[in-house]
Amino acid sequence: MRRLRTGAPADWPALFAQLAQSARDPRLARFYRAGTVSADTPLEQAPLLALDVETTGLDSRRDSIVSLGLVPFDLRRIRCREASYWVVKPLCELNSQSVTFHHITHSDILSAPALDAVLEPLLTAMAGKIMVVHYRNIERGFLDQAVRHLLGEGLHFPVIDTMQLEARLHPRQRRPGWLRQMLGKQSVSIRLADSRLRYGLPLYQAHHALTDALATAELLQAQTATHYPATTPVGDLWN
Amino acid sequence: MQIELIEIRDHLSRFAPFDGLPDETLDDIAQQVEVGYFKAGSDILCYGEPIQDLHYIRSGAVEIYRRNGELYNRLTEGDVFGQFGLLRGKKVRLPARAIEDSLIYFIPGPLFEQLCEAHEAFADFVEAEGQSRLKSVEESQGNASELMKIKVRKLITRRTVSVPLGTSVQDAARVMTEHGVASLVILGPPSTAGATQNQVMAGITTDRDLRTRVLAEGLALDTPVDRVMSPNPITIQADDSVFEAMLCMLRHNIHHLPVVHRQRPIGVINLSDIIKYESQSSLYLVNSIFNRQSVTELQALLPDLRATFLRMVNEQATAHMIGSAMSGIGRSLTQRLLELAEAELGPPPVPYCFMALGSMARDEQLIVTDQDNALVLDNNFDPRVHDDYFLKLATFVSDGLAACGFSYCKGGIMATNPQWRQPLRVWKSYFTRWIEQPNPETLLNACIFFDLDSVYGETELVESLKDLLAQKASQSPLFLASLARNALNRTPPLGFFRTFVMEKDGQQNNIINLKGRGTAPLTDLIRVHALAAGSKAQNSLERLDAIATTKLLTEEAITQLRYALEFLSIVRIRHQAMDLQEGREPDNYIEPEKVSASERHNLKSAFQVLSNAQKFLRFRYPGQLQNRPL
Repeated sequence: MRRLRTGAPADWPALFAQLAQSARDPRLARFYRAGTVSADTPLEQAPLLALDVETTGLDSRRDSIVSLGLVPFDLRRIRCREASYWVVKPLCELNSQSVTFHHITHSDILSAPALDAVLEPLLTAMAGKIMVVHYRNIERGFLDQAVRHLLGEGLHFPVIDTMQLEARLHPRQRRPGWLRQMLGKQSVSIRLADSRLRYGLPLYQAHHALTDALATAELLQAQTATHYPATTPVGDLWN
Repeated sequence: MQIELIEIRDHLSRFAPFDGLPDETLDDIAQQVEVGYFKAGSDILCYGEPIQDLHYIRSGAVEIYRRNGELYNRLTEGDVFGQFGLLRGKKVRLPARAIEDSLIYFIPGPLFEQLCEAHEAFADFVEAEGQSRLKSVEESQGNASELMKIKVRKLITRRTVSVPLGTSVQDAARVMTEHGVASLVILGPPSTAGATQNQVMAGITTDRDLRTRVLAEGLALDTPVDRVMSPNPITIQADDSVFEAMLCMLRHNIHHLPVVHRQRPIGVINLSDIIKYESQSSLYLVNSIFNRQSVTELQALLPDLRATFLRMVNEQATAHMIGSAMSGIGRSLTQRLLELAEAELGPPPVPYCFMALGSMARDEQLIVTDQDNALVLDNNFDPRVHDDYFLKLATFVSDGLAACGFSYCKGGIMATNPQWRQPLRVWKSYFTRWIEQPNPETLLNACIFFDLDSVYGETELVESLKDLLAQKASQSPLFLASLARNALNRTPPLGFFRTFVMEKDGQQNNIINLKGRGTAPLTDLIRVHALAAGSKAQNSLERLDAIATTKLLTEEAITQLRYALEFLSIVRIRHQAMDLQEGREPDNYIEPEKVSASERHNLKSAFQVLSNAQKFLRFRYPGQLQNRPL
């Protein structure tokens, strides 16, 4: 059993209480008031929400969100019945390169609502949950930017990052490439699809926000079943 | 809001029973699914726990156990489990454990019930394994076989043409000419039983009879027809099927078959009447068998024999029909070989009966078969004087059969073996010894003699052996127990897993002998019960009918055995047909990758039926071990 060495462990309940006071937008205030579980909550009791966004590019300051997928779950069950999926009008132009990734085309976007319109159901789905993502910089960065753009204030939430959990399990990944080559070690990929294969999880079509959210939820179940007891405090895993 | 869970829906759509559901339904299921991951070695379902969902394996592998911990099944991608518990009290009946890291889709109970309600095929699939599923398969097989359904009376196009006893052969020929018929019924004196003119048939005569028995013999025109008719002819009931009529003609090699309704002749059907119904009938083949003049000419019919087999399979005949027809053809070949042998060797010095054993006697012969036969000779047989003749006769037939594709019996059970070319009294002593001093080891080889039937010659010789067996066997518990023990030697596998055959101990094989592990042990088991019931029937289905009239097995058990036998046989037949079509020598082996998903499920059910029936046999004859020689 390994314990993640994070920097100063975030005190999310305290932070949420504070943000509930300071948030100006009522939707945001409601989200923070719903609070979050304490850091010592066993993972098996934590309400989780797998989250994936597809974007026009990788830079959260220049690019923007085109679709979002989310699936609530816990360590035992992923609940597809409560899943959500939205295509939204990006704030910037779609470029052809990103279209080839997520298969969302200009005509899909024409009829799509603006992110503003889905913000309320999105925040409702997220309320009280710990978000689970693969590579937290994307989801956290893009959602924060988008909300900042819409409301003039950012969005903060606790995240368990399945890619980070993989990185901890395969520390060699972090050696520089030339050293890895000298040692003759094969690099261990911690990308979503490759990580899933290590747990015997099936291959899915990538870059569909809902499929990726489902894939991420399954990966966390597999990671915890393999490496972490169900009683692990969430504080050991979240950021 | 319509949410598309593409990965879930697409996967479900590839596997039974979901593959038969409409798209909207699949979308709906995908949206209601819950997903869970199970590490290899972890329990998924524990006995007695409440169960709310149908479980579907998205990836990985799962083992299902009986309550006592015995392995019940091993499942993988696309398989479902938990339906037993859901259908019965919503409690886990068969515990499940992941044997590889597995991803499971949970389909909620209420949705499962809706699916069963709305989609019959879905309900059939998930319902209790065994009877219902096998039944639906059996019903779909044989649907093209109109011959099974049509009653013989439909084939009758004209009233019976008849003359009374005492009519001259010339008058008989005139009547036949006037009516344009090739056969004539000869009526006996009116029955005294009732006021109605219930005239009983005394015999039948045909064009051929008039040629061979009157003209060729130079008889006078006023000879009474009584002297040249075939007395007490074989008849068929008006209610019997055309298929049965066909079998009857095959078996007895007759071209004219009187149809009777309560003993009253109502018409005669000819070979051509049936051929009209089945244009390329196996009767055609039989007809040409009897026109062949040498072994070489008979041998040339081998492709026709295979073609007839293939045609019946393609026309979806049942295994029972195919087995009967193939046996009929085998009998005809044997009969023709004996005719040819007698033509060469001269008439037999003493009466004899050529006896078929094993599958031909049971009317369950297929395309791949050994010859198992014997000669029962009249008690006046004197080996020093007569055996030279019968050895030559037996050798002629045996070599002829081998030339026609019926390979020599490896166990030497052929009339060429002096041990199996004996007068009736010796045969009676064989059977008596087998029954009165049973010993599983000797019975292992003798078992084949308990399926016996006459093929040619003095039928009574073989009939008296059948009588002896039927009378003595049911009275001899030790004999039945020894036979039961032998019937348990070969057991069925558990089922299939990926490209392997799953054994009960969890071992995996990549090939299965469907005869040795399926039809043969099933036939063995049915034979034990039939002999216990004192039945003289040889065919397994007829034996089951005979067992049904006793209380030896429940009606349900008999129905299940019937379906299991039909299913195991038809799969074996289909794979042999496939081998033939693809230019391979057909055999009894099946590679699991060649078994379709639905066949796998049904085969598993059939194996289960066999396994349960063997358990019952063990329970019914527990004393068998006392008799085991040390």
